[in-house]
Amino acid sequence: MSDKVISVHNLVKKFGSFVANDHLSFEVYRGEIFGFLGANGAGKTTTIRILSGLSKPTSGEVMVAGYDAHKEPEMIKKNIGYMCQKFSLYEDLTVKENIMLYGGIYGMKKQLIRDRTHSLLERLQFEEYGDRLIAALPLGLKQKLAFSVAVLHEPKIVFLDEPTGGVDPVTRRQFWEMIYETAARGITVFVTTHYMDEAEYCDRVSIMNEGKIQALDTPAALKQQYNARSIEEVFIRIARPAKQ
Amino acid sequence: MTAKNIISVRDLNKSYGPVKALEAISFDVREGEIFGFIGPDGAGKTTLFRIITTLLLPDHGTVTALGLDCVKDFRELRNNIGYMPGRFSLYMDLTVEENLNFYATVFGTTVKENYDLIADIYSHIEPFKNRPAGKLSGGMKQKLALSCALIHKPALLVLDEPTTGVDAVSRAEFWEMLKKLKKYNITILVSTPYMDEAMQCDRVALIQGGRIMSVDQPERLSEGFTRKLFSVVASEKYKLITALREYPLTHSAYPFGESLHVTFRDDRYDDSLLDFLESKGVSGVTIEETLPGIEDRFLELMQKS
Repeated sequence: MSDKVISVHNLVKKFGSFVANDHLSFEVYRGEIFGFLGANGAGKTTTIRILSGLSKPTSGEVMVAGYDAHKEPEMIKKNIGYMCQKFSLYEDLTVKENIMLYGGIYGMKKQLIRDRTHSLLERLQFEEYGDRLIAALPLGLKQKLAFSVAVLHEPKIVFLDEPTGGVDPVTRRQFWEMIYETAARGITVFVTTHYMDEAEYCDRVSIMNEGKIQALDTPAALKQQYNARSIEEVFIRIARPAKQ
Repeated sequence: MTAKNIISVRDLNKSYGPVKALEAISFDVREGEIFGFIGPDGAGKTTLFRIITTLLLPDHGTVTALGLDCVKDFRELRNNIGYMPGRFSLYMDLTVEENLNFYATVFGTTVKENYDLIADIYSHIEPFKNRPAGKLSGGMKQKLALSCALIHKPALLVLDEPTTGVDAVSRAEFWEMLKKLKKYNITILVSTPYMDEAMQCDRVALIQGGRIMSVDQPERLSEGFTRKLFSVVASEKYKLITALREYPLTHSAYPFGESLHVTFRDDRYDDSLLDFLESKGVSGVTIEETLPGIEDRFLELMQKS
């Protein structure tokens, strides 16, 4: 694991006098599953917006997929995928129409979209669902499809926001297996979540509080360091003193 | 001596057109209990809670709460239930204090009268009492919504996914608050998609696809898992899981946090396993026996049904 896909040094983001990101430094590697945690208002969303080219840093060095977040945010956008639990697919379009739409947005050639649609539906054993509206699919299928669409263009990084919140435990495991498979293919998976048990599935986890990264390591090492049984306990120890 | 039942549900069924939301649901909740419904989205938790809170009619079956019929006695029942729906029913353009006053007035009481009941919860947000509810953080909204649901001193509190979308610190605080309510003898019915929250309840029902799979004390639920469970770790998880599934003596293998949880046909493995994994290119494997949790039991029950 030596290829850096995300490299952040002394990232600062201010909104007026408010410091949302206070000198963040971290690296994420190729094929890694990286968990990015923090309490509400810790500054996570700000960081993710910068890492995905939607917002510019106030200062500091931010490289994503080989591109500079100050100068080349458009190139970053082309090389990442994004999926969140609440909104990812258009409910009133069919499965195939959604794939077509996202393929088009990512600038993929029609023939490539057709080929990938075919292989995607086959891999998910979704062939019979191709012409169904998204609204008619069960939640678990929607989520698997949304994830496949988010990596349709083979991005270097895919950002997942609470990917398995609320789904049943069986579907959840199928979903994590998809994530493992994707990471094993060399795509970096960047997970943000409120669900601390989701964090346990990541290779490394960072915990943010009040604009700073307070801890970053493998879940096992963090639990050992904080003498905790779960990442939830680690999280509460880090985030609690600062609350209120 | 058994405590009296505060909720009794017998053979409850509810469908939305062709979709069966609840099927043959029966359970009892005892006085003063924290009773949890644990299950994923779409399991039927919200439908069930809406029927108990008299907001929805059952198709079939009997549902009583506080000794009252949830269909016929809806008016009287509503005065004695505190309900916190999944999407907090707060008026976003009213301030914290105005919301609380509003709920007190609707139930014909005053904030002053029942202040002791909510003091512990409300004190967290009282410094912001002049702030519109819409401008509160998720954790603060949750505390305000709970205060509003309690302000008429209900005998039964029904909380539909109160901790969804709230960070771990606020979740932990929320459960502490619920436990403190016990001294007022308020019975609490609560739902959550988080398996780990089961341990916070006195008793738990596992619900999936509109059916209750099991009801018990949380620590006894996991005892229902009868196989020996092993935790298997290697750095390349995807290779590991693929290889484990190919191993002839594997009964089940699924991701579980940092490790994989694995059961074997005869509840044991031998050296051939490590050799097999090695031959599939998986090295540095550690295996140890582990205790099953609620989620393991839930998975097992789901696969049986």
